[in-house]
Amino acid sequence: MAKKTYIKAITDALDIVLDEDPKTLIFGEDVGKNGGVFRTTQGLQEKYGEDRVFDTPLAESGILGMATGLGVTGWRPIPEIQFMGFSFEAVDQIVGQQARMRFRFDGKQTSPVTIRTPYGGGTHTAEMHADNLENYFTGTPGLRVVMPSNPYDAKGLLISSVENNDPVLFMENLKLYRSMKDDIPDGKYTVPLDKANVSREGTDITIVAYGAEVNEALKVADKLAEEKISVEVIDLRTVSPIDTETIFKSLEKTHKVVVVQEAQKMAGVGAQVASAISEDAIMSLDAPIGRVAAPNSVYPFAQSEDIWIPGEEEIEAKVREILNY
Amino acid sequence: MANKPIVDFETIKKDLSNTPKPIQVLNENAEIVDQKVFDSFSDDDLVEFMKKMVWERALHEQTMNFSRQGRMGFYAPTEGEEASEMGTVLAMKKQDYLLPAYRDIPQLIQHGATVTEAYLWSRGHVVGNKYEARAMMPQIIIGAAYNEAAGVALGLKKNGEDAIAFTYTGDGGTSQGDSYEGMNFAGAYQAPALFIVQNNGFAISTPRKKQTAAPTLAQKAVAAGIPSVQVDGMDILACYKVAQAAREYITAGNGPVMIETLTYRYGAHSSAGDDPKRYRTEEETKPWFDKDPLIRLRKVLEDKGLWSDEDEEKLVDEYKSSFKDAIKEADAVEPDTVSAMLKRTFEVPTPEIKAEIAKFEEKESK
Repeated sequence: MAKKTYIKAITDALDIVLDEDPKTLIFGEDVGKNGGVFRTTQGLQEKYGEDRVFDTPLAESGILGMATGLGVTGWRPIPEIQFMGFSFEAVDQIVGQQARMRFRFDGKQTSPVTIRTPYGGGTHTAEMHADNLENYFTGTPGLRVVMPSNPYDAKGLLISSVENNDPVLFMENLKLYRSMKDDIPDGKYTVPLDKANVSREGTDITIVAYGAEVNEALKVADKLAEEKISVEVIDLRTVSPIDTETIFKSLEKTHKVVVVQEAQKMAGVGAQVASAISEDAIMSLDAPIGRVAAPNSVYPFAQSEDIWIPGEEEIEAKVREILNY
Repeated sequence: MANKPIVDFETIKKDLSNTPKPIQVLNENAEIVDQKVFDSFSDDDLVEFMKKMVWERALHEQTMNFSRQGRMGFYAPTEGEEASEMGTVLAMKKQDYLLPAYRDIPQLIQHGATVTEAYLWSRGHVVGNKYEARAMMPQIIIGAAYNEAAGVALGLKKNGEDAIAFTYTGDGGTSQGDSYEGMNFAGAYQAPALFIVQNNGFAISTPRKKQTAAPTLAQKAVAAGIPSVQVDGMDILACYKVAQAAREYITAGNGPVMIETLTYRYGAHSSAGDDPKRYRTEEETKPWFDKDPLIRLRKVLEDKGLWSDEDEEKLVDEYKSSFKDAIKEADAVEPDTVSAMLKRTFEVPTPEIKAEIAKFEEKESK
């Protein structure tokens, strides 16, 4: 056990998969000598050589097209898209090619690709560097979308993603990279790709969240505990698939739910969770489903992020509203 | 002092058109223009090339017949492109990895897929994609195959294989950013990839001249640092020799090559029924029909006493009869099921998909 940041946990996972599987390859813009613009791949080229960890020309579709091609020739690519906003350049390779590979060939050829990419607000970056874009990808059959909320999960989920034989979009929260530290095991461990985590047990109300919002939800739970309000927090960990079983089980106990996301409200993960509850667990509820999400504007420029991103305050208000329904 | 500009762009622009003549062995009058290369082929070789082109044309004719009978799905006519398609694919080896586009079904079959599988692909049945051939499924997204070819080539290189990736696109495909990215990546890694542009004159209805101001499409490789060449795409001997030379150069570790074949699509873009008369005239089309690759080689073979109309008719009958057997085989394949589709979406089904599989399996068992 050692205290490690979210980003160091990711580097740890990459080190482990490079060491364990000689077929793994890391590539992307500036991931080699520079160790990535966030230093996520720091030291890996030095340790594993330029054949395993290498820089690419500056072209996202080219990077992911290369990943597709390497995948069908026996390699296990772990490409990096430097910022998730740049992934639009490569949507065909993710959605049109990799996610369909197993289906097309009935498993004869597959796409064991793990695409790592940072996303998420609150660090005042340039435009197209911070958007929460999971909603564009969660509706893609054949693709898993993973969004760890803490260092322990980041490491375990990344190892599971790389070991998975289907494409995985692994979204790394930019703000958590260096702001979050946890005790995590030194060696290899995995976290399943289809199981939500009950981050905190409670009996009065359930908050369903993912990514950085899990930590905001936990702060609200701490605060309300002082008033003897018992909040259960569920961390989805993976937003495709969504582990509805864990959510439904929680609702049988709490009968109230607030679904939280950092992304805009329209047609997203929160809507899917609310829809699943409405369809299959509505009888567990004794209040409407509460939702907390960002406003449906274009993602704000850096200076206005703080008035836009939903956080502790918005979650607390919604939880109180549902509790008092 | 005269006001001389610092740079003479007009001259630079004109120089772009100073490109070598397309490589040719047999010209449109069936005259041998490169005797040395011609002599490198045995009589058997020449007959074999002719048989392959007759096979491709017969495949086209029979498949269009099936299409008119409503027995095919999506199919892209290949008539006119026999020299370009057969010439290049015959220079490849079994271990090479093919990334075809939708008009490259004849090459996919030559590379190891069966005609039955090709027909099942056209109809839209997954069994059609489970061929033994080392190949990607025919690419629908123009340009995507070029990107993937760079990755396949790098993978083969890392595997230490004596194999290359070879991929096809058309004149329209060279306008896609992806086709540049793919060539550029392959160049950057000196990966063993052969990029073939079959310039057949049209992207559906849009003519080649509207795609780009570049005087040749072969030039599109230059910016990526890749050697490229134009070849007469109606001359199978030239197509074969150039593709073979490219493969040798690539497997010697010299990085990728791009070939532009100058060919022509005689028919419509697809069997869905677009009418080429809407966008091109007979005056434009006729000279290309006169350059027909089969006419050319047939004449050479007849002069040598190696070929006759009867030989050809007999072959065409044989081929067409084999295609009729193939479609019967395709007819006999069990239809797909929804539960099977769900099962091949992920290796480990998600909880939602698991529930759907159970639901559909129950329905399908009734």
